Amino acid sequence: MFAPLFCKKMRLPSLTLMRKLLIISLLIISTAIPSFAEHHKDNTSSASTNQAESATAHQTDHNHSSTHEKFDPGRIILEHILDAHSWHLAGHASIPLPVILHTDKGFEIFSSGKFEHGHATVKGKYYNYRLKDERVIAVDEQGNELPEVTASIKDFSITKNVLALFISIVLLLAIFIPVANRYKKEPSRAPSGFQSLLEPIILFIQDNIAIPNIGKKKYEKYMPFLLTVFFFILINNLLGLIPFFPGGANVTGNISITFTLAAIVLIIVMITANKHYWQHILAMPGVPKPVLLILTPVEILGFFIRPFVLMMRLFANITAGHIVILSFISLIFVFYYTWGTVAGFGISVFSMLLVIFMSLLELLVAFLQAYVFTLLSAIYFGSAIEDSHHDDSHH
Amino acid sequence: MGAKLLTPDFGLVFWMTLGFLILFFLLSKFAWKPILSALKEREKSIEESLRQAEKARAEMSQLVAKNEELLNQAKEERNEILREAREAAEKIKADIVARAQKEAEEKLKQAMREIEIQKMAAIVEVKNTAGMMALDIAEKIIRKELKGHAEHVEYINQLAKEAKLN
Repeated sequence: MFAPLFCKKMRLPSLTLMRKLLIISLLIISTAIPSFAEHHKDNTSSASTNQAESATAHQTDHNHSSTHEKFDPGRIILEHILDAHSWHLAGHASIPLPVILHTDKGFEIFSSGKFEHGHATVKGKYYNYRLKDERVIAVDEQGNELPEVTASIKDFSITKNVLALFISIVLLLAIFIPVANRYKKEPSRAPSGFQSLLEPIILFIQDNIAIPNIGKKKYEKYMPFLLTVFFFILINNLLGLIPFFPGGANVTGNISITFTLAAIVLIIVMITANKHYWQHILAMPGVPKPVLLILTPVEILGFFIRPFVLMMRLFANITAGHIVILSFISLIFVFYYTWGTVAGFGISVFSMLLVIFMSLLELLVAFLQAYVFTLLSAIYFGSAIEDSHHDDSHH
Repeated sequence: MGAKLLTPDFGLVFWMTLGFLILFFLLSKFAWKPILSALKEREKSIEESLRQAEKARAEMSQLVAKNEELLNQAKEERNEILREAREAAEKIKADIVARAQKEAEEKLKQAMREIEIQKMAAIVEVKNTAGMMALDIAEKIIRKELKGHAEHVEYINQLAKEAKLN
């Protein structure tokens, strides 16, 4: 949807024809996937809301009589892509994670294992807590929710996503610091080993993203952020594709994560933007006053829309990919529960082929979305520090 | 649960901000700074090497040109020497020939002089002999004819005197 806009913005003449074609086709794919996936998601989420309601209704009597569970793909998929207070490994095994709550009376820390997957009430220092839809709520002795207390709780828990986030940070540091030390030790030697895998990517970000979009004079200031954000997104996308611990967490497909990244981009733009950029937003020079009344709100809206798009694009692409893969896997169980074992096995062949295909596509998307986020950030930074005389030429 | 998908979670945003900023500062300080500076350094050194190679090539070509010039000069010099040598040889040859010619001429002249002298001597002798013979003959003739003619004798004597003078 935004592809043509950014295509125009990108300085294509400097790229070769092959690269041009590649980038255009990638952008088309990147916009096609979320639209397809969003369509899919609409189905599942609308289904899931119905099912979630029935599921919550179910859950209450499910607690009393633990009879056979009905397979609910919408709920299962959402459980997989959402954050959780424990890290499910396999079967009934899961890693309990620390729950850190800030209530109006103070901090509470306990293990999420005490919730027993939402079946048990935890007696804390100040209140009693239960887990409802992966959200910690405060309850009284009888198990009824205390809404005012719940509203005051700030949940700082080390959730699945937070742990995955920490793992990715540790991984990034463990990868890049030794590589950097090699550079420090032998700066003019040809790269070797892991270094030779990373160097072309670093150079690509420098020569094909930062320099053409920010400019040769000022790009260096932005390089650390662009590199960090690229590799952060990339490693989390890739870890998200691994179906088991320590991968499998949907970090870059979580709106909180993309929200934070986009917010940081916005803050950097606000700090580094020059007078000319602000002038263009608040009062476009050379535009009559009455027109400004319309134009300025639009520009201000645009100021927030750009990071908003960054946030949504990454979130939607990664989440959609996970949903599609999980849907294909769920298909096996849907067939199994509906038509029996033979149907389940039959469809599993078809499903697995699709899952493999989607996983390969997701591998591409993992790189692509890291690239797109970095590229759009660089274009955004570039526009914020553009000189006025430069700007006049294409307005 | 669907709404949760689109709502940023306070705790996660908090940890993400903290984690990302720590990651950003650590990577900036310990990874990007040395890597980017090393890459820049390397690019610079490559550029420098290329420039030096270019310079060396220019020097080389200059050297080659100089060599060629030297070679040409040497060739020219050789030609000059050869030419000079030839000239000298020519001159010597000419000298020798001239001297020989002169000598021959001298010899010829001397011979001519000798011949002249001999010729003169021969002529004188021939004259003397011829005179004597003529005198003899005349004496005989006159003795036979002019016996007793004093005046004839006188005249003959006078004639003899005149003939002797020649």
